[in-house]
Amino acid sequence: MKKLMITCAVAAAVATTSTAAFAQLLDEVTERGYLQCGVTEGVPGFSFPDDNNNWTGLEVDFCRAMAAAIFDDSEAVRYTPLTSQTRFESLANGNVDVLSRTTTWTMSRDTDLGITFTGTMFYDGQGFMVREEEGITSATELSGAAVCIESGTTTELNAADYFATEGLDLSNAVVFVNQDEVVQAYLDGRCDVYTTDASALAAERSGFPDPDAHIILPEIISKEPLGPSVRSGDTQWFNIAKWTLFAMLNAEELGVTSENVDEMLGSDNPEIRRLLGVEGDFGTPIGLSPDWAYRIISQVGNYGELYETHVGPETAIDIPRGVNNLWTEGGVMYAPPIR
Amino acid sequence: MSHSQPSYVRTQMAEPLPPPGNTTGVVAWMRANLFSSIGNTILTFLGIALIIWTVIPAYGFLIGNAVFTDPEGLRGEACRFEGVGACWIFIQARFNFFIYGFYPSDEIWRINLMFIIGIILLIPLLVPKVPFTRVAAILFFGVYPFVAYFLMYGGVFGLDVVPTRNWGGLTLTLIISLIGIIASLPLGILLALGRQSKLPIIKGFCVAFIELWRAVPLITVLFMASVMFPLFMPQGTNPDVLLRAIIGIVLFESAYMAEVVRGGLQAIPSGQREAASALGLSKLKTTALIVMPQALKHVIPGIVNTFIALFKDTTLVSIIGIFELLNAVRAAGSDIAWQFPTDAVTGYVFAGFVFWIFCFGMSRYSIYMEDRLHTGHRR
Repeated sequence: MKKLMITCAVAAAVATTSTAAFAQLLDEVTERGYLQCGVTEGVPGFSFPDDNNNWTGLEVDFCRAMAAAIFDDSEAVRYTPLTSQTRFESLANGNVDVLSRTTTWTMSRDTDLGITFTGTMFYDGQGFMVREEEGITSATELSGAAVCIESGTTTELNAADYFATEGLDLSNAVVFVNQDEVVQAYLDGRCDVYTTDASALAAERSGFPDPDAHIILPEIISKEPLGPSVRSGDTQWFNIAKWTLFAMLNAEELGVTSENVDEMLGSDNPEIRRLLGVEGDFGTPIGLSPDWAYRIISQVGNYGELYETHVGPETAIDIPRGVNNLWTEGGVMYAPPIR
Repeated sequence: MSHSQPSYVRTQMAEPLPPPGNTTGVVAWMRANLFSSIGNTILTFLGIALIIWTVIPAYGFLIGNAVFTDPEGLRGEACRFEGVGACWIFIQARFNFFIYGFYPSDEIWRINLMFIIGIILLIPLLVPKVPFTRVAAILFFGVYPFVAYFLMYGGVFGLDVVPTRNWGGLTLTLIISLIGIIASLPLGILLALGRQSKLPIIKGFCVAFIELWRAVPLITVLFMASVMFPLFMPQGTNPDVLLRAIIGIVLFESAYMAEVVRGGLQAIPSGQREAASALGLSKLKTTALIVMPQALKHVIPGIVNTFIALFKDTTLVSIIGIFELLNAVRAAGSDIAWQFPTDAVTGYVFAGFVFWIFCFGMSRYSIYMEDRLHTGHRR
């Protein structure tokens, strides 16, 4: 029922906004002078207000990158915190221009709600955490372990599926009704393994009395690609959002960082020259200036830098790159070339 | 008879003996009040057990195991140990965020100034002995809303514009509830009077309005205001989401207020109206001078009840992404620098305490008002 209501609301929103689809959102945003970005109300590492009340996080930086590309000013963003109940409607009815809010890209959301996902910012998925002293290094060694799970969630189903397909024994699972109880039970030693989405595992771990005594196993058993989304129907805006992410990925692949981007302007590598707008003009077709990617990288950074700053092993959250690494490094992050 | 007392009759009163040892002092008091019967003894022990079960852990959490100082600037890490209690340094560090939300720190003086002016104007209105009540009332209801708005929002006299999206914390909670309280009472009175009107259109409208708004949950009203309402508006017009939420709350609460006031109106005997007519008072004067003062006095507890409910209901605006106090507390807990085992609980304890102070204050003030307006027929 609730889903139906959301669908109707969004469909109505799309119907009313479709008349305006001819007016390009980019023109509206440029005229307004700032980007409206929908974020969470606080998810560690992804978007949260820091000590100085500035929004910060991986997904916040995506919005900053878009603002840098459009305005040459990564601070020209206004953040609107959205709850998971209002996020799609807020995007559809124009309260925000881009939704960058730990939203899993699924088919129904992509096709049914009048919004379009522009790429994957972070490949999340369900993982397992164990105490380091157990000496376990892989989820395949978990047969018969006491696994702490939140009941009635897809987490429980995913774990059951995984254990069944791997031929492991899940008969000792301990099921709780809410996340806090699960964490407490794991800390109290009532179970050996704690399972939920990997980013949540890492965030919870950063609050543990001794975070280093716990490790997250490399196996990820479900697909939760988190990415930004825009309203359907405005191809130019969709392309800007899509290529903002691709530019940051290509920059990392080519070794262009916020530190060395100015030296890289003089690089002989044609790919770098095209990326930074020294050679050819790839900005104008999407309504931006030729140095759009240079602005992103110099003011915000490449994807690897963002990852390291917000969620990487050096931060309190400490999520290894894993599947979020570049395709050249064994991950699945792959951006089409700029040419 | 008078002077021939036998020698065995005392001539003086005997010194009173002290009462038996087991009827005075602590023991006797305990016996009389705590252990007078088997049932009472059991209840006493249960009471003691309850105190032990609640007070000792509460003490341990709030004070014993709590973290009060952070000399090394470790932030969340200072509270990351086994058996930690409340982490008060978290509240201390993010205190400004809880009170002022995202308001720019250079401009916070504007909020403080607004509060100070508000308190100065409120004192003559709330405390009967202070003079200048009439002047203060005119200033508070006529001028202060504009002053407060321009102080908060800016845009005049060289003040920077601070859009409502940056408002938050306790400030926003107070703004929403004050506007709600001040606007819903007169609206409620008008609706209650309208519902008793003999004119069918007015009566019908008031009944329909009250029944409609009372029949929907506040959450639905807020969702409608934030999500559906923009769809009905022409393209490009996008009224502020906070304004929409406040209007929703005011309309919602005025329907409740109307029913409370109507309860008071029904308690006024018709003889009062008849007597007023006999004195030659017009209908308006009868209502304003005879009926309303009595009716409102009867329903002070009900009115304050609605106010307190409204104050707590403001937390619901968090579901449309507005950072009132509770939501600010929640968001601050998601900061990676402030991850520790009790981050959620510490914040909730603080928010609960702040809400308690305001609600308790309102309820004590209502008791004071009842006593002051008490004219002898209170039962």
